[in-house]
Amino acid sequence: MVALTLTRKLAILADAAKYDASCASSGTEKRDSSGTKGIGSTEGSGICHSYAPDGRCISLLKLLLTNFCIYDCAYCINRSSSNVQRARFAVDEVVRLTLDFYKRNYIEGLFLSSGIIRSPDHTMEEMVRVARTLRETHHFAGYIHLKVIPNASPELLVEAGRWADRLSTNIELPTDAALETFAPEKRPSEIRTAMARLRGKLVEAEPEKKARAKPAKFAPAGQSTQMIVGADGADDGAILTRAAGLYSGYQLKRVYYSAFSPIPDASSRLPLKPPPLMREHRLYQADWLIRFYGFDVPEIVSGGEEGHLDLAVDPKLAWALKHRQNFPVDVNRAERETLLRVPGLGVNAVKRILVSRRHHRLRLDDVARMTASIDKVRPFISTADWTPGGLTDDARLRQKLAPPPEQLSLF
Amino acid sequence: MLAVRIESPNDFDEWRGKARRLLAAGVAPHQIVWRQGREENGLFEGGEEFLPNPDGPVGSVPRAFIDLARQVIQHSDPERFAILYRVLWRQQADSQLLTNAGDRDASVLTRMASAVRRDSHKMKAFVRFKTVPDASGAERFLGWFEPEHYTLEATAPFFARRFAGMVWGIVTPYASAWWDLEHLRFGPGGRKADVPAEDAVEEDWKTYYSSIFNPARLKVSMMKSEMPVKYWRNLPEAERIAPLIRNAQALEQDMIARAATQPPARHLRQKARAHDGDPNEPKEIASLAEAKIAIEECRRCPLYEHATQAVFGEGPVSAEVMFVGEQPGDQEDLQGKPFIGPAGQVLDEAIEKVGIDRRKVYVTNAVKHFKFEPRGKRRIHQRPDGGEVQACKFWVDLERQFVRPKVVVALGATAAQSLLGRASVTISKVRGEPIPLDDGSVLFITNHPSYLLRIPDAEGKARERGKFEADLAMVREVMESLEKSGGTRGRA
Repeated sequence: MVALTLTRKLAILADAAKYDASCASSGTEKRDSSGTKGIGSTEGSGICHSYAPDGRCISLLKLLLTNFCIYDCAYCINRSSSNVQRARFAVDEVVRLTLDFYKRNYIEGLFLSSGIIRSPDHTMEEMVRVARTLRETHHFAGYIHLKVIPNASPELLVEAGRWADRLSTNIELPTDAALETFAPEKRPSEIRTAMARLRGKLVEAEPEKKARAKPAKFAPAGQSTQMIVGADGADDGAILTRAAGLYSGYQLKRVYYSAFSPIPDASSRLPLKPPPLMREHRLYQADWLIRFYGFDVPEIVSGGEEGHLDLAVDPKLAWALKHRQNFPVDVNRAERETLLRVPGLGVNAVKRILVSRRHHRLRLDDVARMTASIDKVRPFISTADWTPGGLTDDARLRQKLAPPPEQLSLF
Repeated sequence: MLAVRIESPNDFDEWRGKARRLLAAGVAPHQIVWRQGREENGLFEGGEEFLPNPDGPVGSVPRAFIDLARQVIQHSDPERFAILYRVLWRQQADSQLLTNAGDRDASVLTRMASAVRRDSHKMKAFVRFKTVPDASGAERFLGWFEPEHYTLEATAPFFARRFAGMVWGIVTPYASAWWDLEHLRFGPGGRKADVPAEDAVEEDWKTYYSSIFNPARLKVSMMKSEMPVKYWRNLPEAERIAPLIRNAQALEQDMIARAATQPPARHLRQKARAHDGDPNEPKEIASLAEAKIAIEECRRCPLYEHATQAVFGEGPVSAEVMFVGEQPGDQEDLQGKPFIGPAGQVLDEAIEKVGIDRRKVYVTNAVKHFKFEPRGKRRIHQRPDGGEVQACKFWVDLERQFVRPKVVVALGATAAQSLLGRASVTISKVRGEPIPLDDGSVLFITNHPSYLLRIPDAEGKARERGKFEADLAMVREVMESLEKSGGTRGRA
């Protein structure tokens, strides 16, 4: 086989890594390289150093150690039955690329994943070696995200958590049945057991209030996972139920939803069409409402039809339009929980309302100044000088609030 | 008009010094014209030298104003000094001014501060360092950046913390920052030509940028709002944007249209090897160990879908007593072992107290997967329904068949339903009585230990714990009498 240049390997193994949605570099401990002779810092919120024309942030150097893989997951570009060009990085090559990119301020750190070669332990060991070399040999204090191979040994997991800021295991598909169909070598309960094990380590690493000795560090930015949307037939209800189960069980920082995207040399078993980007967007919104706005999964799903979210309007508005008996809400009296359910009012707007209504009774203008768009809010609230009257129950309300359909070009 | 001159474009302390003198002299905002740097005074402007010189603070402002002013002072708007002074002046009468979101001055300051923060953030994101070899051959790094505001001085410490082990400089049109591994220094501004046009690693960076882009997700407006076009001229990767966009649609269509190719030979060899081994035929379960492996694939009811894993029983295969609980809880589900949570602790204590030999005990559950309702970051236990209990009886029966306990103890109604094959059982009616089972063993029914944990008052708790222990003591007695009579394993 002809040896590939480093640049060619980079092209292949970055291309192979781009279907992982996460590029987050936030939420880890605060540290920097002062006095260490090394480089790197993490200061809370991550930084997007560039944006690709797909609108996605480029924060981390996202690579696969290798795209050789013994698994044959139908949705994956790297499955063993695919004819994509294969490549494999040496540990030192990834280390050098990371440092070279970091020193030029291109990236916040490294997100390393890998195809499974030989055995899970062998693969995990190589990934851990990259992280260890960066930290120990080069005093690298930037962000590191490592993918966890589900059935790798617990010792390797502990070491991965020692060097990495974040660890992740992908649940891949919303139902076990779909995973068995599309990823015959993966065991759903093995994936969840890996998450459970990570949760156990994360809990152990939380310092107890009174204890003097600090526990050993373990992945300070926690764990996350990714679910592919639209490759199988699961509806949004199934996807969100899966997500809620994962959040409640494994202390996940994030569940990433990734619209299934056509891949080169795709398996004929998959729906080959443009990725359902709007569906992905609505799922992120619903996920947010469930975690921070006090909605539960059945409520959110009830805003749409037949287990799917409404694609035309956001999930909170969709829910409100179907539950108009709960509106209008009096912004001068309602509790925080109730205000959070008003379409167009976010966490910050609600906070501002609660503070300013202590000083004086709020008028529609006051509320308008606190929100991005009062048009969406107006039908659902009453203020000192405004009641929506029949507007709340107007049969054409949905039509009025939904964004206009895309205008067709003349031909 | 009183002309006040500020030398530095963004030095908060300089402005504060002048503002204190003005405030001490009682000069109202409308009487002042602020001049920055070499900007000339107008006709009839001057008189700054006659202001008093107070030693320290002359008024008071909320802490938030100082923080805000330190940011606003970096803004490029020439009016910033005047607006800051006006707000300072007005705050002497109204200290809550800044919290009034409706005030025009307050909202202007907030907007200016946020523009400065954004500019600083973009500097952190979009500075691109290029290497310059120095005389000794060591690497030095130089970057050119064009901030919209005077943000270099406040942002440079971030680079010093991040790139502590590198010698670097950042040049902007109005000032430059220099780090020599120990100190951060500032110098005059420069030109783009002062910084090398290219860097050896840039080609790899452009390759990465092009490869990480997914042509099926083209969303140019999103990119432009986060990475405005004005920054592109200093970003090496930006030259790839136009061609990537141009080719995106063709690439996506091509991926969709192209049929899957024949798998590579390597894959077919692998598959052939995998099939030689174990054909995935369902096998008869011949031992407790085999049952424990087989249950991982159990799909007899839908509970497997959200639980982490099946939790099989634990204990010696020669155990004489089998405790059957309801289902694994949160901890049991995570760790894959039965009765390790708080309820397990209650059971362990009681077993020890009444003197049952722990080595003769096997513990398991009527249902092997955790049933729960997600609520935020917690999972709330839910009682398994009749169908789930019935489906899982298959495994409980296997455990009984392989362990062959002399005594089975049902902990709680769910376990009793499973073992008796009945739809409902009232514990108070059946507890304390040995019930013979078909296989010759004896069943006792008592409460689930988690019931004891849920009793709020200490008195009730002690009473119920007493009853629970009395039930277990009876279990111990039966075990002893069976041992004496010797008729232990005579069922075969």
